[in-house]
Amino acid sequence: MILSPNRSHFGGPCAARTSTLATLRGSIEHIEAHGDAYLPDRVALGHADADATLQGGLALGAMHEVFAEAGRQSAAATGFVAGLAGRAAARRPMVWVRQDFAEIESGALSMSGLAELGLDPRVLVTVRAADVDTALKTAADALACDALGVVVLEVWGEARQLDLVTSRKLTLAAQASGVTGLVLRVAAEPSPSTAETRWIVRAAHSPPSTPLSAWGAPVFDAQLVRNRHGPVGRWIMEWKCDERLFEKPAAYPQPVAAAPAHRPYQTPALVRKRRVG
Amino acid sequence: MGTGSREENASKQNSNNPSIVVAKQNNALQISALDDAAAHLGLDIGLPLANARAICPQLQVFDADEAADARALNAIAAWCDRFTPLVALDSPHGLFLDITGCVHLFGGEAAMMRRVCDVLTAQGFTVSAAIAGTAVCARTMTRHVHGHIVGEGEEADAVKPLPVSALGADGAITTGLRRAGLKTIGDVASRARHEITARFGAGFTTLLEQALGQGDAPISPRKPLPDYIVEKRFAEPVATDGVISATLSRLAQMLVVAMAQQGKGARRLEACFFRTDGAVRAIAVDTGQPVTRAGMIDRLFRERLDALSDPLDPGFGFDLIRLSASRTEIVVQQQRDLDANVHDNDELAALIDRIAARIGGQRVVVHLPQDTHIPERAVLAAPAQHHLAAAACAVWPARVEGEPPLRPLRLFEKPEPIKVPFATVPDGPPHHFTWRRATHAVVRVEGPERIAMEWWQQDGQALTRDYFRVEDEAGLRFWIYRDGLYGSELVNEEGKPAPSNWFVHGLFV
Repeated sequence: MILSPNRSHFGGPCAARTSTLATLRGSIEHIEAHGDAYLPDRVALGHADADATLQGGLALGAMHEVFAEAGRQSAAATGFVAGLAGRAAARRPMVWVRQDFAEIESGALSMSGLAELGLDPRVLVTVRAADVDTALKTAADALACDALGVVVLEVWGEARQLDLVTSRKLTLAAQASGVTGLVLRVAAEPSPSTAETRWIVRAAHSPPSTPLSAWGAPVFDAQLVRNRHGPVGRWIMEWKCDERLFEKPAAYPQPVAAAPAHRPYQTPALVRKRRVG
Repeated sequence: MGTGSREENASKQNSNNPSIVVAKQNNALQISALDDAAAHLGLDIGLPLANARAICPQLQVFDADEAADARALNAIAAWCDRFTPLVALDSPHGLFLDITGCVHLFGGEAAMMRRVCDVLTAQGFTVSAAIAGTAVCARTMTRHVHGHIVGEGEEADAVKPLPVSALGADGAITTGLRRAGLKTIGDVASRARHEITARFGAGFTTLLEQALGQGDAPISPRKPLPDYIVEKRFAEPVATDGVISATLSRLAQMLVVAMAQQGKGARRLEACFFRTDGAVRAIAVDTGQPVTRAGMIDRLFRERLDALSDPLDPGFGFDLIRLSASRTEIVVQQQRDLDANVHDNDELAALIDRIAARIGGQRVVVHLPQDTHIPERAVLAAPAQHHLAAAACAVWPARVEGEPPLRPLRLFEKPEPIKVPFATVPDGPPHHFTWRRATHAVVRVEGPERIAMEWWQQDGQALTRDYFRVEDEAGLRFWIYRDGLYGSELVNEEGKPAPSNWFVHGLFV
C-alpha cells in the first residue's frame, strides 16, 4: 500500500475534504469574480448627484426600467426615457417598439415633440407592435443588432409576459451586443426583473418664477428605486433641451430628502397598492 | 382550355339525373351550363328553364354562382402555374397557358396536355384542350374538338371545317353569318376581308385572322413574369417542416447563384407551395435593400412562416416548391470593411426587413417631416423598408434655442374632448377642466398659439384653433385648444357668440 505524503491515518480524510472545499470556494470565487468583472461603459446623465450614485452614469449595454405609476404620468416617463435614450444613443440609430394600446391610451410619440427636446427624429425607427408578445419578440431581436444605440420597449399596463425569464433574455441580448435597452412601463407596478436600474418618474412643478417665464423646461421627479451596483435616491431633474442633458434645477424650493447612504444595496420596500378596477 | 362549371361536377357525382345550371337573362331563367345527360335529351344552352322542365321533368336545377366559378377558375390557374409562369384567364371558363419553351420539361406537347387534362378530369372537371400557334386558334379548337394539337402553319387548315360559332364572336355576328349562308369558318375565310369588315366590323376580321394563324394577340398573364425562378419537384410529397425549410434554404442558394451571375439582388421574393390536391399557397416577402445572401432569404422566410396567422397547411404534402424573385435590382458592391457606417446601415436595414417580414411592412416606420402647421399632419409615418434613406437626410424644423418645448411629446391621433365650465375671459384659457373624469386646476398657462386650417385644402373649412400650454397643480402639462374663434367663427343663428368646444391634443413632459 502506498500512501501519498499528505494522506496520513489521522488527517487524511479531513485534509481531502479541506482541499475539496478550497477548490469549490475557488471556483465560486472565480464565477463571482467573472460576474463582477462585467464593468459596463457608462454615460453621464449630467445631474451630478445622480451620476455619483450611479457611479458615473447610466450603464450602456444593459436594461433599465422606467415606470409611470398612472396613465397620466405617461408623458413625464416618456420624456425621461427619451432623455436617457438621447444620452445613451449618441447619434446611433434608435428603435422604439410600442404596443398599439399604448398609443390609444396615452397618445403617439410625437416626432415634433422629440425634436423640441433636442433629440434627432431622423435616427428613430418606430415598430408598431399589435400586442405585448410581438413587442417583446421584436425588442429581443432589435437588442441583438449591434448597429443600434438604444432600443426602447413601451408596454402599457401589467404585462404577464414580461417576467423574470424574458427580462433575463433581454438583459443577455443587451450585454452581448452592447445596445442599451430601456423599458417604459406605464400604469404598471414594478415586478422582479434583471434590470440594471429601475426608476419611477413623475411630473414635477415648474420652479416658481415671474409670470413672464411661467412655462419652464421639462422637470422630472425621478426616483431611483433599484440599482444593482450602488445606492438608490430621488432627485428633481431638469432636461436641458439645448445641451441635451439632465441638470439640477437652478432654484427649486422643495428639496427632496436624500436617500440613506448607509444602506447601499437595499431596494426600498414598495407599498403594493391594491388596484381597484 | 375550357372547363365545365362547378355545379355540373358536383351533380355528376351525386346522381344520374340530368342536371343543368340556370342564370337569369332578360328576366327569364335560362340554361347557362348543362351536363352530358342533359345534352343527350336535346337541351341546349340558352333554352328557358320552363321548356327544359317540359322536356325532362326530373331535371336537377342549380343556380349559377359566378363568383364561385371565378374562384374555381382562379384556383385552377394557380395550379397551372406549375407548368408555365404565363397563365392568363379567359373568363368565364377558359385558361390560356403560354407553354413556349416549357414543353421539353414535361416530355413533349402531347404528354403535357394529357397530364393537364388527366389531373383536371380526375378532379371532376370537364376539360377540352388544344395547342396551337395562336391563342385564338387554340381557343377556337377547344370549342369543338378536344385534345387537338395544331402544328406550325396548319392553323388555317385546322379551323376551316369548324362552325362559325366556335370563333366565340357576338351572338348577333354568329347569327348574321349563318343567315348569310356562311356556316363554317372556311366559308367566312373564303370571302374578301373588306366585305366581312364592312358587314361585321374590324374586330371580327381581326379575330378571324388570329384564328387562321395570320396574326397573334398577346395574352395578359395573371402575374408578372418573375425575373428568376428556382423550383424543386418531389416524387414523394413532403409535409414535414424540416424538409420544407431545408428545401427553401437550398432553393435560396440556387436563386442567389443565378442572381449573382448578373449582379442582381432581390427586392421581392415569393415562395409558392403546390399541394398534391391542387391547392397553391403563395407567400411573399419584401426587402428594403436588394438581398444577395442565401442566409438572409432563408431567415426572412423563416420569420414570415413563423408569424403566419393561418399557418402553412401541407395537407397530403407538397409536390412542388418554387422560389421566385419577382423584383430585382442591380447591386452596387461597396467596400465595407473600411467604412463602419455603411456596415451599420446594412445591419439596420436587415433588422428592419426581418421585423417587417414578421409583423408587416406597414408596422415598421420612419418619420418624415411635412410642410404644414397642422399638428396631426406635421409628421408622416412611412414604411421604413422603402424610406430609410429619405428619413436619414430629412430636414426637421430647427428648435428655438433657449425656449422650452413648444410641441407636446405625446400627441393624440384624435383630440380628446374636455369639459371646460368657463374661461376667465371669453377667448382666454380655462380656469380648470375635466379630462378623462379627472378635474385639473390650471396653475400656469402660456398661449394662445393660433393655428388656422389650410383653406386651400379639401377640408380647409374647419375651424381655427387656439392652442394653450397649461400646467396643473400636480405639474402635469397639457396642450389644449379651443375649436373656433370666439365671436367670429363661433356664432349661432342670431349672431350671438356660441359656446365653444375644448380638446386636449397632447401631453407635454
